[in-house]
Order: sequence, then C-alpha cells, then structure tokens
Amino acid sequence: MSSHLASSVLPLATDTIIDANLVDYLVVALYFVFVLGIGIVARRQVSDSVDFFLSGRSLPAWVTGLAFVSANLGAVEIMGMSANGAQFGLPAVHYFWIGAIPAMLFLGVVMMPFYYGSKVRSVPEFMLRRFGPGAHLVNSISFAVAQLLIAGINLYLLGTIIQAMLGWQLWVALLVAAVIVLSYITLGGLSAAIYNEVLQFFVIVAALTPLTILGLQKVGGWSGLKDQITQAASSNPDGPTAAEQLNSWPGTALTGFGSDFWSVVGIVLGLGFVLSFGYWTTNFVEVQRAMATNSISSARKTPIIGAYPKILIPFITIIPGMIAAVAVNEIAQVKAGEAVSGGAEGSVSYNDALLYLMRDLLPNGLLGVAIAGLLAAFMAGMAANVSAFNTVFSFDLWERYVVKDKPDGYYLRVGRVATLAATIIAIGTAGFAANFSNIMDYLQTLFGFFNAPLFATFILGMFWKRMTATAGWVGLVAGTLSAVLVAFLSEGTLGGLSIGVLPLSGQGASFVAAGTAFAVDIVLSVAVSLVTEPKPEGSLRGLVYSETPREELVDPKEKTLPWYQRTIPLASIALVIVVALNFAF
Amino acid sequence: MAEKHTAGLFDIRTVIGALLGLYGVILLITRLVAGDAGGENSDPENANLWMGLVLLVVGLAFLFWARVRPVVVEEDEE
Repeated sequence: MSSHLASSVLPLATDTIIDANLVDYLVVALYFVFVLGIGIVARRQVSDSVDFFLSGRSLPAWVTGLAFVSANLGAVEIMGMSANGAQFGLPAVHYFWIGAIPAMLFLGVVMMPFYYGSKVRSVPEFMLRRFGPGAHLVNSISFAVAQLLIAGINLYLLGTIIQAMLGWQLWVALLVAAVIVLSYITLGGLSAAIYNEVLQFFVIVAALTPLTILGLQKVGGWSGLKDQITQAASSNPDGPTAAEQLNSWPGTALTGFGSDFWSVVGIVLGLGFVLSFGYWTTNFVEVQRAMATNSISSARKTPIIGAYPKILIPFITIIPGMIAAVAVNEIAQVKAGEAVSGGAEGSVSYNDALLYLMRDLLPNGLLGVAIAGLLAAFMAGMAANVSAFNTVFSFDLWERYVVKDKPDGYYLRVGRVATLAATIIAIGTAGFAANFSNIMDYLQTLFGFFNAPLFATFILGMFWKRMTATAGWVGLVAGTLSAVLVAFLSEGTLGGLSIGVLPLSGQGASFVAAGTAFAVDIVLSVAVSLVTEPKPEGSLRGLVYSETPREELVDPKEKTLPWYQRTIPLASIALVIVVALNFAF
Repeated sequence: MAEKHTAGLFDIRTVIGALLGLYGVILLITRLVAGDAGGENSDPENANLWMGLVLLVVGLAFLFWARVRPVVVEEDEE
C-alpha cells in the first residue's frame, strides 16, 4: 500500500518506519495551514502585554480546560505513556488516575483562588508577593531553565519522529519544527498557543481512537489482549508477570520495589502526592492556562474540566502500548529481551510502540491524521514550554531584576525576543536530551528536582501565615538539592553520574527523590520560620488562607450557575469516577 | 484589553469544526478513490470510511454549535 511519490518529492528522505503517501501529506499540510492561520488571526487581536501573555483573561473554561490537558499531552507524554503501557501494562494508568487527577482537582478547588484572585501574572510572581525576592529568584530561574530543557527534549523527540515517519534528516526536521512553533507564538502569543492546544487535542483523539479500536480488533478485543499478554509473559520469565501487567495495583514492576506494600506507598505518596501535586499545582505551564480565563469560577473549573478527558486518555495511550507489545513483532521482540535494529533512534525501543502500531494498522489517510496528531502534540508541548518561559523571563526576571519601569510595549518586545532565544537554545538542548534512554525517567527526575519542593513551599505558605521569607528560599534550595543528592546516590537516575549507593532505580528512585525533597523542604521551612521574622500583618491578604476574606476566594456569579457548571460538583464527580476506575482495573 | 472584538472566524469552534470536517471529507474521498488498496490488516479502508464519517459529523457539530451560540465578547471586566 505504498507510494514512492513521497520519497521522490523529498530528496532528503531516508528509510522510514511509515509509508506516507500524498493523502497523508495533504492531511499534515492542512494542519499546518490551520496552525499558522491561528497565529496570524490571533496577531490582530493582541494589543497589549496582558493579551500576549495571558490571553487578555478572556477565554471560556472549556477552552482553557482542554488546553490545560493538552499542554501536558505533548508527544513526550503520548509516546512515553504508550511506552510504559508496552513495558509495564496497566500499572501505567497510575500516571493518570493517581498521578494527575487528584492534583488537578486540588488545584481547582483549593489553590486556584489564590493564583487568580491575587492577580499575579505568573506562579513565580505569587512567590514574590508571598515570600519576597529570594524565593522568587530561585523559583523563576529554576523554572525558566527547566522549560528550556523540556522544550529541548520535545524538540529532539519531534526531530527523531519526523525522521522516522517522513524520512527527513534530523536537523531539517528540528529547524522546520522550531520555525513553525516560533512563528505562531511570536505572532499570537498565549491565545495562539492555547487555541492550537485545543485543536491539537481533537486531532490527537481523532488519531489515537481508531488506532485503539483497530488494535483491539486485531488482538481479539480486551479478553484477547489479556490472553496474549498472559501468553507472552509466561514465555518470558524475566519480565513482569501477566498478573503484574494486567492489574494496576500494586505496580511493583513500575516502581521497581520488591515489596507490594512499599510499592503502593511509593505510588500513592511519591507519585500521587509529591510528584503529582508538585507538577500540577505549581507548574506555570499548566496554571497559566487557567489564568487566561474570564473569571475566578472559570479559572477554578479549568483543571477540573481538564480532568475529565485526562481520565480517559490512558485508554487511547496505554492500551495501544499494551497492544503493540503483543501485536507488533518488533516491540514483542524488545519485550522478550532481544535487541532489534530500527526505530526512531537506531534500535527499537518501547518509545517506538505507537509508531509501529500505526504502521501496522492505519491505512493511508488515517495515517496522515495520526502523523499530524503526533507532530501537533510535539509542537504544542514545546509551544507550552516556550510561552511559559517567555512570560516568566519577561516579567519575573527581566522586568523585576534587569530593566525596570519601561512601557508595556517594551516588555512585549522582550517577550518576543525571549521566545526566539528560547527556541534557539531548545535546538541546542535537543542534542543534550539524546543521552537519556527513558524519557519518562528523565522528565520525572526533573520534576522531582524542581516541583516537589515548590509544592511544599506553596502549600505551607498558603496555609501558615507564620512562614517567613527566609524559610521560603531556604526550603526551596535545600529541597531541590536533596532531590539531586538522592538521584546522585541512586542507580542510573542521572545516567553515569549516579553512583549506586542506594538500591533504587527507575521510577522508584524518582518517587523517593521527590519525597525526600518534599520532606526536607517542610522540615527546614518550619525550623527556619520559627527563628526568623514573619511578614507584617496585613501584607498577606489574598496570599494566605487565614488572612483572606472568604468572598475574595469565590466568584459571586458562581451561585447563579446550574449545578453542572459549578466547581465543587464537577470536581466531586471526577473524583468518584477515578475511584471507581481504580477498583475496576 | 481591547474592548470589543467579534469572535467570528477566530471562534475556536469554527476552527475545530472546519479542520475535523475537512479531515472527514479527505478520509471519505480516500476511501472512495483507493477502494481496496489497503493492506491485509483488519479492513483498514473501512477505518477510513467510519472514521471519516465520525470526523465529518463531529466537525459539522462544532460548526453548528458555533453558529447557534456565537461568542458574545463580554465587556464586563474584573
């Protein structure tokens, strides 16, 4: 079913995993027309820096809610989660049902009123108002650096995928992708990024749903999939057993812990509490989407509305991964412990599961939709990082510490230059990302370093008015360093740098590093607060729970909405669904 | 923020509807033209057919939604 038109049109083409033909190119090209079109139309509406950085605070909750999920549904996530599905089976759902939903609901119900109500433009700015410049500087710089790193990873993966799918050379793919992301963000700012994320969400769903359905058809439905996984597991005693792959709990293969009990504790506390709350509640990439809404009620509903699609995403990412592990020869061989050449990076890895499944199952036409979806996901992921970076760089670093008190237009230009610089640096970082084999591990490691202590500091700062400015930055720095230390002592978490004193590796090591960072941060923050001077009474209004009048934390209009548009009922329903799913799988 | 702008083409629902609808049409045409040019795996050309129909319907639904309840750009600001 191949046409060689594609390879003759593109002189740079080499061997590809997927045979794309003209229809597929048409579908992909159409997507890019839309993406750039959005950037151009959005440009007309960008009139000041609030428009550019926060979308003029005008978007409805369902748009920001989908963007909220989509900003995280980069291809790193899609490929990584299908890889986890192929490797570990069902326990990978913990990244969604334990590792995302509770934190998203918590963000909407508890934390969002402080972010939105205090009218800050970024999460670090909240830090500044609550704790002063020390914590602010630490947070801004570590966030900005992390965004550049992650943008680089996204870009690198995008390059390898384009290479594997369309046969372009890596550097060509990198540059083309970077230019497209750059053009729509510099043109339309956050609105363009958010609109593209929403569009990308639908394309991704349109791509992965038929893939899942065709895959299930091929293996004989859910029961056929279970049979085949059982069979494959019994012929491969070194890998995870069938029971481990087909039940989400206790997930020992995922954590790498020997004991069931500690595995459950690790997942619930490490992944479900520290890592996930750290990521979802303090990550400005996510929170920025909610800040772009038109009311405090919409801001609170943003992560909650986002939670619903998030609950369903494992069905179209992890299940295709599980299918690939039994239905795709190359992936099945990898799982049986063989080395297979091919894939996006020379030898086949779990990250290629989705690509091979697309090759085996999708006809030309749908294949184009899937390619467009993956490219969209990569670019959206990178765009989210870059747009969050340029806000923090312009407002929190440049305006605050370098050039103060210039007119609005000046910072708008700084934002655009920062976007360009970030893109160029990301191209450089892309090379760095090549050294890490399991993308998820690497990302988790970064989150552990930056987000876990951040969450500790935020939550303590929001609910304990006694916490002092000094405690803010001391806790952050010590927490981050302690996570780095754990990673350094573990086995292979930091590649060659880890010395292997602690018998921890993979996801388990990330959980422990994040947990340590959280605990160290809390203990030190409390200790330091008790011996330093607290902030004066009255300066914490809107920032600390006990100092803020209740009416500032809720939207007066919320009571007039029907129940299904209110924050708490929506959050409760999502919680019930997640609990039910944990019992079902 | 600029006081008044009509959403019009920039209504995200119009954009989503147009893209998904066009994808639906492309898949259906592919199915018509290619017929059984597909491979041996589980009726792929039929996948183009039913997914094309689904996308077309969803796309039209978005366009319809945007048409019946157009975005009123609110002037009330916090």
